[in-house]
Amino acid sequence: MKIKFMGHKITGARILLYVVIVTITALMLLPFIWMLSASLKLDREVFAFPIQWIPAQPRWENYVEIWHQIPLARFIYNTAKITVIVTALQLFTSSFAAYAFAKLRFPYQNVLFLGYIATIAVPWHVYMVPQFIMMREFGLNNTHLALICLQAFTAFGVFLMRQFYMSIPDELCEAARIDGMNEYQIWARIILPLSKPALSTLCIFTFVATWNDFLGPMIYLTETKLKTIQIGLRMFISQYSSEYGLIMAASVVVLIPVLVVFLSLQRFFVEGVAASGLKG
Amino acid sequence: MIDRHTTSSSALRVSGTEEEEPPVSSTNTNINVAVKQRARPLLSKKQRQRRSNLVAYSFIAPNFLGFVIFTLGPILFAFALAFMHWDGSNPIQFAGLDNFFALFHDSAFQAALWNTLIYTAFSVPLTLAAALGVAVLLNEKIIGRNFFRTAMFFPYVASLVAVAVVWNMLFNPAMGPVNMLLYTAGVDPQSLPGWAADSSWAMVTVIFFGVWKDLGYFMVIYLAGLQGINGDLYEAADLDGASSWQKFWHITVPQLAPTTFFVSVMLTIQSFKVFDQIFMITQGGPGTSTLVLVYHIYNEAFISWDLGYASMVAMVLFLIVLAVTVVQFRFTRED
Repeated sequence: MKIKFMGHKITGARILLYVVIVTITALMLLPFIWMLSASLKLDREVFAFPIQWIPAQPRWENYVEIWHQIPLARFIYNTAKITVIVTALQLFTSSFAAYAFAKLRFPYQNVLFLGYIATIAVPWHVYMVPQFIMMREFGLNNTHLALICLQAFTAFGVFLMRQFYMSIPDELCEAARIDGMNEYQIWARIILPLSKPALSTLCIFTFVATWNDFLGPMIYLTETKLKTIQIGLRMFISQYSSEYGLIMAASVVVLIPVLVVFLSLQRFFVEGVAASGLKG
Repeated sequence: MIDRHTTSSSALRVSGTEEEEPPVSSTNTNINVAVKQRARPLLSKKQRQRRSNLVAYSFIAPNFLGFVIFTLGPILFAFALAFMHWDGSNPIQFAGLDNFFALFHDSAFQAALWNTLIYTAFSVPLTLAAALGVAVLLNEKIIGRNFFRTAMFFPYVASLVAVAVVWNMLFNPAMGPVNMLLYTAGVDPQSLPGWAADSSWAMVTVIFFGVWKDLGYFMVIYLAGLQGINGDLYEAADLDGASSWQKFWHITVPQLAPTTFFVSVMLTIQSFKVFDQIFMITQGGPGTSTLVLVYHIYNEAFISWDLGYASMVAMVLFLIVLAVTVVQFRFTRED
């Protein structure tokens, strides 16, 4: 079967392809669309069937009310604060340490690096209990500092950056040394500018992992004013379990920053994930 | 690399006035050395070595200190704790292998181990197949391809709590749209699935959620893999008159084998660590029908405060993940 459309030949297979893709995409997005639609309804309208996708009388008040019911702005601020600090620390300390492992020679280098490698395979859940006890001893329970400390110094970051630095020719560093640069200058002026792809990959991974972290904040943060978006929203859900419209409105608000960041940095997201696959 | 470094340092040495430091006798000590250093700004070989070591350690220190205190220390502590009795406040007692034998009498642990295996056995192949299928479809030159790719990827970055609560509403057994739809389609109200509230459907609900959320991530990895396939292979197959289906099975799938291997290892490790979505959707229930290993660790540690036993369960998780990692390492080396 062949049809002409706007001067292009369209085959039956082509049409089928579009139908399949549009169907799958619709299924993937349906929960979000339903969420948006429900956020503008009264609680009793949310489960009305057949689904009224566009509410006859949208209740915009839901979006006003949630700001009075829960400290959403506070949660967003807390999450943003932790995420930005963790990501900055992770990028700085990982690329700094990776430089020594990739470009310098010093005693016990291999032993130290093995120490890092050996822990990559250990899931965080294996040592979250002793870590929590230790943080509690340090008096860091119910602080953002605890979450920052436990996420900012990962072996994965050092490993990823070191692998990338190994691909930068040593001759570049040698030439800079002969020109009289010290190691810190070489790192800052030569290696860092060259490692943008690896840095953006690490940045995206750290950002997403920290922003969406659930179990960490759940264990460490019990005070409402300290909570992050994920556990703050969860607290709200358990408190107002039958106020469906409000819960959906809060969920939409929570997803907006993610959507904005994701859409503006999408290229880096995709490149970062793709790079992680090629590495393996 | 080591060679290159020594040559360079010897090159530097030539440029300075290299002289071996005379052995400092025990009689003329500090003052003598100080005078000598002032007179000759160039450092001795030993001092230079020490200085370059210090520079190297200064690069490592910020990360390494954090890593040792917050990761390595707790890991070692966790291994020790598996052989202790401790509730976090009273003194620690040595337990020998008590915690290990307790595993065999703990039906919740056995359920958690079994459920984790079931979750992994289904979610890994399902996610893999879905990601591969979608990647192949979205590798075609179609209008709006970027939009479709973005839509597939978005659930992965979306905050879990927000999407899990929608999932719970959609799959609400009594009034959720999914069951309403099934009812309208003629399914008997008595045999409508109870989803998260029904012990025989709870695992299915959680697995569906996992596939939906993670599919986009692995699709991107597959898309990268598809870019790496040599186009000539498809052209040759076209000349031979191969169908799209044949090309998929005889070119795409074998060519993607390394990607598939990588994706399945990542997915397997991730599945053994599953927790967040189960906590949000089923709370491990009904009963123990969706209790998984990490959930059991969480319960034993932060609900029962049996820290030693929690660490023993954690060791089981560690050994499983380690085994998967070793298999991966073996295979990638052979390649």
